[in-house]
Formats: sequence, structure tokens, C-alpha cells
Amino acid sequence: MYHSAIYDETVLNEIESQKKYKIEPIKKIPSSIRRTKKIDIPDIDETQVVRHFTRLSQMNYGIDTGIYPLGSCTMKYNPKICEEITRWPCFSCTNPNQHVSTVQGNLQVMYELERMLSEITGMQYFSLQPAAGAHGEFLGMLLTRAYHENNNDKIRDEVILPDTSHGTNPASASMAGYKLIEIASNNDGTVDLEILEKTLSEKTACFMLTNPNTLGIFEDEILEISKMVHKSGALLYYDGANTNAIMGKVRPGDMGFDIVHLNLHKTFATPHGGGGPGSGPVGVKKRLEKFLPIPRVIKKQDEYYLENNYPDSIGKIKSFYGNFSVLLKAYIYITLMGSDGLKEVSEIAVLNSNYMKTKILKNKGYEMPYKDLRKHEFVLSCEKLKREINITAKDVAKRLLDHGMHPPTIYFPLIVKEALMIEPTETESKKDLDKYIETLLKIADENPEIVKNSPKNTSVKRVDEINATKNPILTWKMK
Amino acid sequence: MKFIPNSSIKNEMLKEIGIKKIDDLFKDIPDEIKIKELKIKKGLSQQETEEKLRKIGCKNKSYSDFLSFIGGGIKPHYIPSVVKNILSRGEFYTAYTPYQSEASQGFLQAMFEYQSIISEMTGMDISNASLYDGKTAVGEAALMCTRINKKSTFLIPSNISWEKKIILKNYTKGSGIKIKEIKYDMKTGKIDINDLNNIIDDNVSGLYIENPNFFGIFEDKVNEINGIVKNNNSLLVCGVDPLSLGIVKSPGEYDADIVIGEGRSLGNAMDFGGSTLGFFASKKEYIRQIPGRIIGMTKDLEGRKSFCMSLQTREQHIRRGRATSNICTNEGLCSLTAAVYLSWLGSNGLYDIGKKNFENGQKLAKKITKINGFEKVFSSVHFNEFVVKCPYVVDKINKKLLERQIQGGLSLEEHYPDLKDTMLIGITELYNDEDIDRFIGTLEEVI
Repeated sequence: MYHSAIYDETVLNEIESQKKYKIEPIKKIPSSIRRTKKIDIPDIDETQVVRHFTRLSQMNYGIDTGIYPLGSCTMKYNPKICEEITRWPCFSCTNPNQHVSTVQGNLQVMYELERMLSEITGMQYFSLQPAAGAHGEFLGMLLTRAYHENNNDKIRDEVILPDTSHGTNPASASMAGYKLIEIASNNDGTVDLEILEKTLSEKTACFMLTNPNTLGIFEDEILEISKMVHKSGALLYYDGANTNAIMGKVRPGDMGFDIVHLNLHKTFATPHGGGGPGSGPVGVKKRLEKFLPIPRVIKKQDEYYLENNYPDSIGKIKSFYGNFSVLLKAYIYITLMGSDGLKEVSEIAVLNSNYMKTKILKNKGYEMPYKDLRKHEFVLSCEKLKREINITAKDVAKRLLDHGMHPPTIYFPLIVKEALMIEPTETESKKDLDKYIETLLKIADENPEIVKNSPKNTSVKRVDEINATKNPILTWKMK
Repeated sequence: MKFIPNSSIKNEMLKEIGIKKIDDLFKDIPDEIKIKELKIKKGLSQQETEEKLRKIGCKNKSYSDFLSFIGGGIKPHYIPSVVKNILSRGEFYTAYTPYQSEASQGFLQAMFEYQSIISEMTGMDISNASLYDGKTAVGEAALMCTRINKKSTFLIPSNISWEKKIILKNYTKGSGIKIKEIKYDMKTGKIDINDLNNIIDDNVSGLYIENPNFFGIFEDKVNEINGIVKNNNSLLVCGVDPLSLGIVKSPGEYDADIVIGEGRSLGNAMDFGGSTLGFFASKKEYIRQIPGRIIGMTKDLEGRKSFCMSLQTREQHIRRGRATSNICTNEGLCSLTAAVYLSWLGSNGLYDIGKKNFENGQKLAKKITKINGFEKVFSSVHFNEFVVKCPYVVDKINKKLLERQIQGGLSLEEHYPDLKDTMLIGITELYNDEDIDRFIGTLEEVI
């Protein structure tokens, strides 16, 4: 039986400190800002620091611990070689301001990565600056605005999105100053062309789409969608969160997308780090190139340079050149996998997903609304379980934790009730998939009381999240 | 195939689910856009990959190959082995955002501790779990000021980094916020208080100041500045270098409302400028307006202490278009690094490292200005960076230094035309007297 490590680990400031605070105010610093008061952080010994954080780590679940099929998050194995090389001093100890002649290796990595990502997506140019997917979306919206303004097309202030879109899509568009129009999906779970046509107008700046969408369904009318969007004068934006389904099979550029963002921390195996650092490079077609952020990496006679002279550029959205350490890991991953490997990644990611889906649906318990054929992920509904035995998606998720398995994404996309969004990725073995399937099915048949009262085998029991928001304790001082 | 265990049994799996071939799984893709193969190289073995990367890495020079005195924010620091060791634990770095609290208590508690330490250091009540970097944090702060008081002009000193200005412009463009610049005093390098008094008006949502500022100078008229801002019913946003806080006051002590900055120096490698860590702290009353993730302490069903993401209704995955920010993936691992690093330093260590940086900054400035032709541009007290006027063009000096394995200061002329032939020099706790003397000796030699 699975059991997570349990430590009653005190909060850092309660660990007893042996050292005395000994500061002497520094006279040369102007008295109005000179420190005289103690900063209240503990002074503990290195042994205690190591034990504290080691114990905490043991109460944390990662890909290195086990299967992690969070839908839309592409939690695949992060190769150790990428981590090690990135830590080499020749990469990690370089300063972004040092002379370009001393960072030719870094610039080569960035230049070649841009070319690789362009080929994978069918776009012409890339910017590696965004620090995450949502940051890439935000850049995409700034590029959209620059493009229309450059065309003297100033009334376009609307962005259209399907009701299956990721939450970051509307948030990014809104942060860039756009009004949002959400359109309902059709009975297949895909874009309703009639509604889209009616919604598009001379006020539309952009249509944001994920393909395959968040249900894991490929938008098979993408070429019609693209024609329709472009006819209205708007741009077509590709949210690349689901790129793991299509590498070497089809490319967003060929589908007609004008702007694409990728999540290197999903598709290209760089670790999520408990929520970052990530990287969300943005690719564009030729007509948007001149608006890309500066500096751009250019190559002249085998030498690399950082070029700032692009008068139409939107400028910058992040310091320096993006999260270089993440870029480097993705570069290493693509080098390892190659064209053959990346295609295999997508084929097996889709196979694993359809394998799980088929086997789960052979049994009663879970249902899957909308179209049958899925790509790298699929979305089940626990609506029937809820109706019949009052078991919710959240209950199922918590019970999975008792078996040492990370739950799927739950309650997303919003158009599926009691949703379980499952994305196994290509790095899980059939044996582990079978075990997961078996566990999911067992939970549906289990005594509902046990499921409701789960988890039991984790480091804490079910956490009261409502209380955390109602009575926020956000620092040790607020305790 | 690497990392794809089911490659070898795909036919078996296809058969089991009644599908003939892999391509049937992709039959919904229109034929005219299907591709056969990507035009990138075939995959290499792990050993070949390592060899390839070694060759690429050799084309770089790192701070283990030469001395670097370049200012402008990112500088080399000592990273204790403890930090590298803890951060290489897969349980931490291969985890996702802690949506499932019961399986993420370790990371959540560490984030709670990070937030607590940042709050203590900045003198604020609360902190979020991270933003992308110190520069985007200025953009988020400007947006937050307008959310709080509905005013739409945001003031900045004209001598903040050019990158920060342009990022701020991009962050605020969509919401129609106007950015106005306050002059700096050409003698002291500090904010020109007369100009602030002239420019501030009813529409001003907030003022951003830096301590130390981009020229490395301590802004000491903080009480006066805060008075002007508060009399105007505006907010004070303060950017700080976290490593200075052991020896200078927390901005909370002079009543700042929001405190932000770049936390990369807290145990994270330079990594050619990224990953970075934006920290963001504020007074408690603005709790619902803060951007980004926040971790809270609560109880589990049995009343045990536990942690989870708190105040999620501000965030994009719940509130979508009306969220306080679009940020989702942040810089979690860099916050964890900072938490481990600051636990290792403790309050004593934070004082020591602040003092060492300050003293090295003073020592280096004193020695450089003794060289003929070099003088300090501003009269004020600085931390670990400072601006010097050089006898001739900075690029030429830097070229000669580079030939002698030294990276000189950052040329300011391109973005600050008033500062012709000046360089921004930076030093940290990493260098000792011998290194400083080598820099000075070489500078004397090249001019």
C-alpha cells in the first residue's frame, strides 16, 4: 500500500536558532535609510537547513516520483542530461551583459533553437523572450495590436475565443486591452463555424485557438476557420499548449496560424519546477516579423550578434533574452530526439491517450461527451458517478492520491461537467497506464464513503482550501 | 526510442484497442497539410549530445575564465553547495504547480516560508510566490496601483534601466495608463524632488522609486518623497536589491505600499540572464489586488497544519478575463532557491553579505577614481554599483580589458546620452582585494 512521507515539519521561523543577532549599523549609509532593526529571519545551522528542505521534498510529488497525467500540462519525464549540461559553468556562469564575442556558444544555441522551433511549427521567425505560455500569449496580443496599428486599422478591439480555451487566453487578451467574445462550441466539441462567421467582423483583431483543443479533439475544419478569420482581416493565434500531439504530423503554420506560442516546459521536456521557470517562445509569419521583440540573434559569417535595430519592434517584455536556462534544456532535448524522435513522441503520446480512453470507456462509471477520436489527451465526466453515488471529480482525484498517483486536471474545460482531463504523455509505460486505468475503475466501484473521505495516505488529509481564502494566513507573522 | 517505453509495443497496444495503424489516430487531420517528416537532424545519443554541447560551451567565457565588473543588475554571486544540492531534488523540480495540495505540502510550505522571508525583508505584510522578473514586476505594480485607486498616470524616475521602461510601456499600454518620467539630479544621481513636485497631480496612481537606483545610488530622501506621494493620495512603489536589505531599511519602514525587485541574486545562477525571479510584496490592505500565486496556511480535515494555494479567485484559471494578471507558470523553482539560500544566510548572513557588497563597492570606487582620467559621476553614496566617467570611449577600454581577461563596466551612453564616456561598474561579495587590484592594475595599464 502506498504511503507518502509524513513529517510534522515546523515552519522555518520556529526552528530554534543558536546564533545571536550581531549587526552594527553602517555609519557611511545615510541615516534615513540605514538599517537599525533586526530582520526577523532565523539563523539556523546548515544541517538544519538541509534536513528541513529534504523532509519537505519528501512530502512533494513530482514526475520523478510517479505518473502525472495532468491534462494540458504535458507532464513528461525530464531527461537528467538536460539538467546536468545546463549547470555547466560555461553556460550557467555567463552574464547577459558580457561582450558578445564571449558568449558565442549561448547565441548559437538561441539561433539554432529558433530555427528548430520554426521548422517544428511551420512558422518563419521566433522570439525566445517570453518566460511562460501566458507571457507568450501576451506578446502575441502586443504583436496583433502592432500589426493592425501598422495597417492603420484602429477599430479592431475584439478578441474571439472558444469556450474551451485556457484561462490564460482571455486574461492575456484583456491585459493587452482587448474586449473578449467567447463563442460556444458545437456538438462535436469543436469550433462552430456558423457562430464564428457571425461573430467575426471589422472589429475582430484576433481569434485565439488551441489545436487539438482542450478536449483533445483536432479541429478538423481548421482550414475553413483560417480562411474565414483571414477574410475578416483578423489574425489567427495558436495556443501551443497541446503541441505534444502533432509534432512531425502537422504544423500550425500550415494550418494557417499567424502567431504561435510554444511551452518549452511542456512539449520540450524542461521541468515545471513546481510552477516555473518556464519558457513560451512565440513564432510568427513573415508579415509580423518586424514587430518581434529586441534584441534578435543574427548570424553573419559564422559569428553571432545581438541586433537591436528594428524600428517597428514592440520592444521588450522581459529582461535580457528570456529564460535562457530553459531554452538550453529544450535545445538539448531536441538534439537528443531529432526529427525521428519528435514524431515518435507525438505518435506514442496520442496512442497512450487513446489506449487509456478506450480501456476506461469499456467499463461503466465514466463517460466521455463529444467526439470519440482524441489526440494526446481526453476529458472524462464524473457526472454519472455524482448523480448515482454522489462522487465528484474532486473526490476521484483525491482518492487517486491514496494510490500514489497524481490526479488528472479537474473541472476543466468548463463545458464538461465534473471533468477529468487526462494526458498520459509518451513517457509512461503500458504497465503504468494499466495500473492507472485499473485504479480509476476501482474508485468508481468503491464504497463511496471511502472515496469521499480520501486522501488518507498522503502527508496531510483533505486540505481546507475554502478556509485558506476566507481567513488568509500568508506569512508566519500572520499566524 | 529514448524516454518512450511503449515504442517497442505499439502494435500490441493498437491491437488491444482495435486500431490498425498509428496513422488512423491522425485521420482527422486534413491530408493537404499532413507532413511526412520535419527537416531537422536525426536524434543523437546522450553521449554524442554531451560532446556536441561541450563544443558549444567552449565558445563561451564564464566568470571562472575571467573577472567581470559589469553593472546593470546581473552580477556573479557565490552560490552555496546546499542550494545546488537541495534544488537538484526531483521531488521539487519535476513537480507541477501545486494544484493538488495533499501531494504538494513540501513545495507549498517552502513557498509559504519564501513569502514570509520576503515580507520580513521588505517590511511588507504579504508577498506573492513570484513573478517572471524584477522588470515585469514594475509593470504589474503599475497595473495594481490603478486597480487600487482608479487613477491612470504612473510616475517613474528617468534613470531606471531602459529595459524596464520599455517593458513597463508594454505592460501598461492596453489599460491606457500614462507613464511620466521624473528627472534625476545631475549632481547627486537621485530623484529630482522639485520635478516630482511639479509633475505630480490628481491623476497619479503611484510613483516608482528604486533603492539603490540604476546608478547604484541610495535614494535617501525617502521620507520626503513618501510624504509628497501620500499627500497626493497616491501609492509608493519601491524597487530594491534584496542583498542590500541586511544593511539598509526595509521600504516598509518608510511606508512604501508595494515593494518589488529582482531576486535572481538570491542563490540562482546567472544563466545568461534567465531564469530570473520577480518578487512582489505589499501592504495587507491590497491583498485582493495582488497579481500572481499566493500560498496560504490552513488546516486539513483533522485540524493539522497544512498549506494550499490561496485567494485563487484573483487568478486567470478561475476569473479568466477579469483576473488581476494573466500569469500562470511563474518562477517557482527560483523562489524555492531563494528560500533555501536565505535560510542558509539567516539574518546575520544577510547583514554580512550586504556589508561585504557595500564595502567592495566603496573600495573599488575609491581605487578607480585614483586613476588619472577616471572620476565618479555622482556625489551620493552607492551600494555595489557606481557610474564612472572614463578618459575616452568605453568600448575601446573594454576591448583592451577583454584582451586581458577582464570584462569592464556597462557603457551607458547609448541609452543615457547625457552620460557620454561613462560606465556602470558592479562588484559583489565574490571578489577579494587581489581581484580588485588586478582590475585596477589592468585599467592603469590599458589607458
